[in-house]
Amino acid sequence: MELPLVLLIGVFFAAAVYLMLSKFLVRVLLGVVLLGNGVNLLLFANGRVLREVPPIIPAGHDVPVTLTANPLPQALILTAIVISFSFFAFLLVLVYRAYQDLGTDNGNEMRVAEPENDPLPPTGY
Amino acid sequence: MTPDTMGLTFLAFCLPFLGALVAPALTRLLGHNAAWPLALIPLAVFLHFLGFNAEVARGEIVTGGYAWVPSYNVSFSWLIDGLSLAFLLLISGIGTLIVLYAGGYLKGHRHQGRFFSFILMFMGSMLGLVASDSFLMLFVFWELTSITSFLLIGFDHAREASRRAALQALIVTGGGGLFLLAGLLLLWNVTDVTQLSLLMSFGAEVRASPFYLPLLFLILGGAFTKSAQFPFHFWLPNAMEAPTPVSAYLHSATMVKAGVYLLMRLNPVMGGTPAWETILPAFGGLTLLVGAVLAIRQTDLKLMLAYTTVASLGLLVMLTGFGSEYAVAAAALYLVAHSLFKGALFMVAGLIDHETGTRDITKLGGLRGAMPVTFLAALLAALSMAGLPPFFGFLAKEEIYVALAGGSLRAIAFTAAAVIGNGLMFAVAFAVALKPFLGKRVETPKHPHEGPALLWIGPMLLAVKGLVIGIFSAVAHALLTSPLASAIAGKPQTVTISAIPHVGAALLLSALTVAFGIVIFLVLDKARAAANRLVEDIGWGPDRGFDQVMRGLVRAAVSVNRLTQPGRMEVYMTATFAVVALALLVPPAVYGEWPRAPVWPANIPFHELAVMLLAVLGIGAVLAANNRLTAIVALGIQGFCVALLFLLFGAPDLAFTQFMIETLSVVILALAMTRLKLTPRDHRSLREKIPDAVIAIACGLGFALYLLRVTQGRFDTALTDFFNLYSKTIAHGANVVNVIIVDFRGTDTLGEIAVVMVTGLAILSIIRIRKGGKAGGEA
Repeated sequence: MELPLVLLIGVFFAAAVYLMLSKFLVRVLLGVVLLGNGVNLLLFANGRVLREVPPIIPAGHDVPVTLTANPLPQALILTAIVISFSFFAFLLVLVYRAYQDLGTDNGNEMRVAEPENDPLPPTGY
Repeated sequence: MTPDTMGLTFLAFCLPFLGALVAPALTRLLGHNAAWPLALIPLAVFLHFLGFNAEVARGEIVTGGYAWVPSYNVSFSWLIDGLSLAFLLLISGIGTLIVLYAGGYLKGHRHQGRFFSFILMFMGSMLGLVASDSFLMLFVFWELTSITSFLLIGFDHAREASRRAALQALIVTGGGGLFLLAGLLLLWNVTDVTQLSLLMSFGAEVRASPFYLPLLFLILGGAFTKSAQFPFHFWLPNAMEAPTPVSAYLHSATMVKAGVYLLMRLNPVMGGTPAWETILPAFGGLTLLVGAVLAIRQTDLKLMLAYTTVASLGLLVMLTGFGSEYAVAAAALYLVAHSLFKGALFMVAGLIDHETGTRDITKLGGLRGAMPVTFLAALLAALSMAGLPPFFGFLAKEEIYVALAGGSLRAIAFTAAAVIGNGLMFAVAFAVALKPFLGKRVETPKHPHEGPALLWIGPMLLAVKGLVIGIFSAVAHALLTSPLASAIAGKPQTVTISAIPHVGAALLLSALTVAFGIVIFLVLDKARAAANRLVEDIGWGPDRGFDQVMRGLVRAAVSVNRLTQPGRMEVYMTATFAVVALALLVPPAVYGEWPRAPVWPANIPFHELAVMLLAVLGIGAVLAANNRLTAIVALGIQGFCVALLFLLFGAPDLAFTQFMIETLSVVILALAMTRLKLTPRDHRSLREKIPDAVIAIACGLGFALYLLRVTQGRFDTALTDFFNLYSKTIAHGANVVNVIIVDFRGTDTLGEIAVVMVTGLAILSIIRIRKGGKAGGEA
């Protein structure tokens, strides 16, 4: 079962990286979203894929009666989804404010912190 | 050593540092008179160590200390023999006088308390250095002297010259300290001991070791930088930017003698080899001549003395490495004599400066009437420096010539160097002691009169001591110089020379030196001009070289920085993901850990494949999108596909969350993007696209292969079994995922909530901060 999922995850990562290599911050942002989903799927597949049966213990039993999906990666991913969403929201606001103040979403044109042709630091004492 | 003396000795080492703590407060309270109580600290240390004199004079070695890091065989332990004792007494004895002198010299200075604090710290470091038994302690104190001398030299930090000198001293001596560290570690490696007292019996092993030469170079790297040997001599004269008490202390008895101390300490272990007896005298002799010639060139009293210090250090190194019993005795004598007269003369120079407002010898004259006590101290010290009987300096010089004189070419060469060097120093000594005092009165910036007692006590005492030791030489030899020489030689040795001249080669050479010195003194102006011409003809010196190195260092750092931190985000991102791809692909290639070729599973339900395909289409649409609406919708497609996949694979919680988040993301993005004026297309030229695509595909491939390899391996179900087994029985929850989140890993969830909250706060503040730092306004 893993192979199609593996290929899908490869596509997710490749697309995410390609977007993040762009100069334009909005594209980087889209790349971050894709990367988050790719990582979640990667975690999921790492815990092996079993179909349909959620890890819920039926009433009247103390342990699952049938083979269920692996609950551990699910718990991890649940956390990861929320975190990557807040990360996405933060980046979005950052890009938005940067665009407001600097008038561009091109990362290479944002030179406030690292100005082009920074003068030599003092060589005296 | 009894526990009592052990505790007291430990206290003696700590006392200067404790004094440094109270000095500023005490000075605020008492003003410059704080010098009196503070001088009691070095005095107490001096008296304590004087108590060891009898034992050490009998040839005993006093050791003691406490375990520090026993598992690494590191101890705080000291070793007191003739060599360390002589240094301990010089440091604490002269230190006492320096503290008093500083009380008068810096009277009314607003940072006088800080100065006392620095000088006491320096004194403590120096005491620790010369008494250290363990290697680590030696190194720690060695670097402490570099740091505290940096503070002292840069005391007048408002002036650039002062800052430069301080930095220069720190870099040269601190850098040398790193050589010393490497040398000590190598010595540890070769002998397997970490204590100097134990090292003494490993001399043969060290000398026969294949690492002897590297070891020698490392140790010399430390000693030569500290003791200002050519070509590292330049920092010493520059350090004259410091207030005179610092110069008098650092450059007579302490800091610059540390390197000489190290060489003397290691002489029994590393000495006696051809390399030792070639390198040390050669560099020492060269330093002697360079220092003496440069001293003649100066007109500033302090600089003249500074360069003669360089010369004297050269002489000491030369004698230490010369390799004869007399040379060792001469080194011992000269070490003590030099500390006394140089300390006195520096203080005299400071006194003249303090009273007249200038140190330029050409602008001084006829002070004998105004400053008679100073004149007397200067004269006594100069007579010792010139090496005239019956002063201590004469003994030292006689012993030097006894040691050096001989028929071999080597002996003649070094004798000639010693005669020229000593002759030039003779001239400088009298130039410093006579020129400002004799002759016609010259108008000076300040009206001169005799300085306060605080200022002349120090030089007077030191100068008189030089005379007293010269006269009562037998006592001094028994108590001080013989144990000192024995410690340097590593075997019992007695010094016998006295102030009564004996007719012989040595006396003849002394007479020659005096004659040469008098000639130079008489034609000092011409000699100065000649030395100036010589230096100007050479032009470049290590001092200028230091500036060039420092500038080069800054430039190199800037260009490396510009290369690695060009300020363009795509460079950072490209580098990051290239490394990620390499990290994923190189290890399997190197270790042959590729996954097995996979087979396409036979029974995949059509709907699963359809969802995956839809996700891929969504991704493709994101990549190809050329307006914002397409991008947002396409982003939504892949997100909902992921949610569907979770649903299909038995993770309804994930699916539900993903649907929520994805909906929120799309809404927020749509809101934000309508306000942004986006560049419609991704302006990447083909030349940029291809490397980007290669890196992206390599990353994707890397992760896919990694995942394939993982899923082909055995799966450890221990944790899954644990959660399945206990989530109902212990945590009383049927939904295992939820139980993990809120119960088993509850703290993680707390952390997650905290992250969301912090992000929310950050977003809020970013939105509210307007340009120009004003808060509020439209968000």
